[in-house]
Amino acid sequence: MIKIDRLTKRYGDPETGPLVLDSLSLQVATREIAAVVGPSGAGKSTLAQCTTLLERPTSGSIVVNGDELTGLGARELRLARRRIGTIFQSDGLLSRRTAAQNIALPLEYLGVTKAGVRARVGELLDRVGLLDRAHHYPHELSGGQRQRVGIARALALRPTVLLSDEATSGLDPDSTASIVALLAELRDELDLSILFITHEMETVLAVADTVARLDRGRIVESGALVDLLRDPDSELGATLRPHRAAQQAGAGEAPWRVQYGEDGVPADWLSVLAAELGSPVSLLGASIETVHGRVVGHATIGLRATDAPLTVAALRRLGLEGVPVSQPTAAPARARALETAS
Amino acid sequence: MTAARIAGPLVSVSVPPLEIPALVLPALVDTLVMVGIVMSIVVLLGVPLGALVHNLAPGGLVENAALHRPLSAVISIGRSLPFLILMASIMPFTRLITGTNIGIAAAVVPMAIAGIAFFTRIVENSLRGVPADLVRVSRAAGASPLQIVRTVQLGEAVPSIIGGLTINTIAMIEYSAIAGTIGAGGIGYVAVTYGYQRFDHGVMVATILTLVALVALVQFAGDRLVRVATPRARITRATTPRSIPA
Ligand SMILES: Nc1ncnc2c1ncn2[C@@H]1O[C@H](COP(=O)(O)OP(=O)(O)OP(=O)(O)O)[C@@H](O)[C@H]1O
Ligand SMILES: [Mg+2]
Repeated sequence: MIKIDRLTKRYGDPETGPLVLDSLSLQVATREIAAVVGPSGAGKSTLAQCTTLLERPTSGSIVVNGDELTGLGARELRLARRRIGTIFQSDGLLSRRTAAQNIALPLEYLGVTKAGVRARVGELLDRVGLLDRAHHYPHELSGGQRQRVGIARALALRPTVLLSDEATSGLDPDSTASIVALLAELRDELDLSILFITHEMETVLAVADTVARLDRGRIVESGALVDLLRDPDSELGATLRPHRAAQQAGAGEAPWRVQYGEDGVPADWLSVLAAELGSPVSLLGASIETVHGRVVGHATIGLRATDAPLTVAALRRLGLEGVPVSQPTAAPARARALETAS
Repeated sequence: MTAARIAGPLVSVSVPPLEIPALVLPALVDTLVMVGIVMSIVVLLGVPLGALVHNLAPGGLVENAALHRPLSAVISIGRSLPFLILMASIMPFTRLITGTNIGIAAAVVPMAIAGIAFFTRIVENSLRGVPADLVRVSRAAGASPLQIVRTVQLGEAVPSIIGGLTINTIAMIEYSAIAGTIGAGGIGYVAVTYGYQRFDHGVMVATILTLVALVALVQFAGDRLVRVATPRARITRATTPRSIPA
């Protein structure tokens, strides 16, 4: 479990250096995969580095497995780090060591016996599906295979916490999917807390329990993935939802964005809604998917009725959340605000 | 016999061609002994020193400007003095250590000092080429600075350091020839006493050919070692079949 409290990081001078993380708080519970997304330069990697104290926080507290890391000396910190597995975007494999030798590295640092290393490395290679690649050098492996070696190495010391910084960026969709699936399985098997940093929304949808959006060193939005997806006002939810081009609303119709707010929405909700509003409802676009076993649906509909509060109430009765949209592909409110400001 | 010839009268009597090997080969052995001893010392001290300088520098594992600056300055001085001047200027120190001013023992001291300064920079430069990511990964795995230096920095830099070692060894062969001029023995000594002072072209050519061959051999061996130490450059197994043009 990871508990980050009011973490502030300035590079260089602690008073005047650039503020990269601004009093950021974040928790990752046991068996939870917490995704952190955000634009380039938002501070995601800095957050990962501060979490293992590879970068020293300027202020704030970082508790991993109950240890306050910021108070530890070099020696205790090395011990604490052994309980945190880290996966980097660059696989970080040593080019002159085979896959097996790379995985063995953390065990060698710890002083595990040769026989112990061999047994554990075998287990790990088997777990990540690379037994037949044990004696291959990094340049003889594919990007996905190298990342698997990196994961095996991160797991070598049986950590309870895993930090993954852009572990799948640069991989093809198939490799990405299999790496993400592997992480989810490992979470279940090993009761890991995973801090999963990414900029790929599909991987967030596939694996995350919670999502936080980081922007300029602050968490601007966060919550459980399903809640965000079902919240029509959520910017993060809107970014995460797969974009399907909706038809333009017809003349005299106002487009609305509708989300499943709770389970058990009737299958014929469109006709029920039309009956309740006493005017026709046209379906402009829709999609339904299952996230963590819960149904997440969204739709764009065209309404002739003009009374917004009445419509919202009618939707609620059906278990739906809706908001009118000025255009079917409305830019997020904040982006618009920025445009006006400049 | 060699000694008698060297001590002989200073007239332009050329060494008969058949006797040149008997003159040059023992000198070659002396050169090899000198360079061998020097390079052992250079590697033994230059590697740790290079790693230390690299990691005391800003961004290093044990960053410390107060120690880095003087250490780096001393090495720079060692690097910047021409070898002949270095050799002459540390003569008293050499005598203190070896009890003599001439011969192999006396040559080894200035050569080792120049060589260590040279190799320290080579090692430092090689370590600088190791990606910072790799160091970070090992730090994250709980490695101590010494473990990181050994497994990551030096481990990854082995091919580059071997390449540097080749350059350094060749430089030491050159220095041994310079040291030969003050009576250290070896090929340089033969070249100076016979080729230069007695205008014996036969001996001169023989020493030049010997030196060229020696340097070429060192370079060849070094290049081979670099290849062996670089997995990417080795032909290990046919993992990818050659692509067939469509
Ligand atoms: N070692 C450093 N020294 C000074 N500034 C740094 C350092 N590392 C990062 N920064 C700055 O901190 C900011 C955040 O960088 P960071 O790498 O954490 O972003 P990120 O969210 O991971 O971006 P990306 O998605 O591109 O990886 C950037 O403005 C960057 O220039
Ligand atoms: Mg980053």
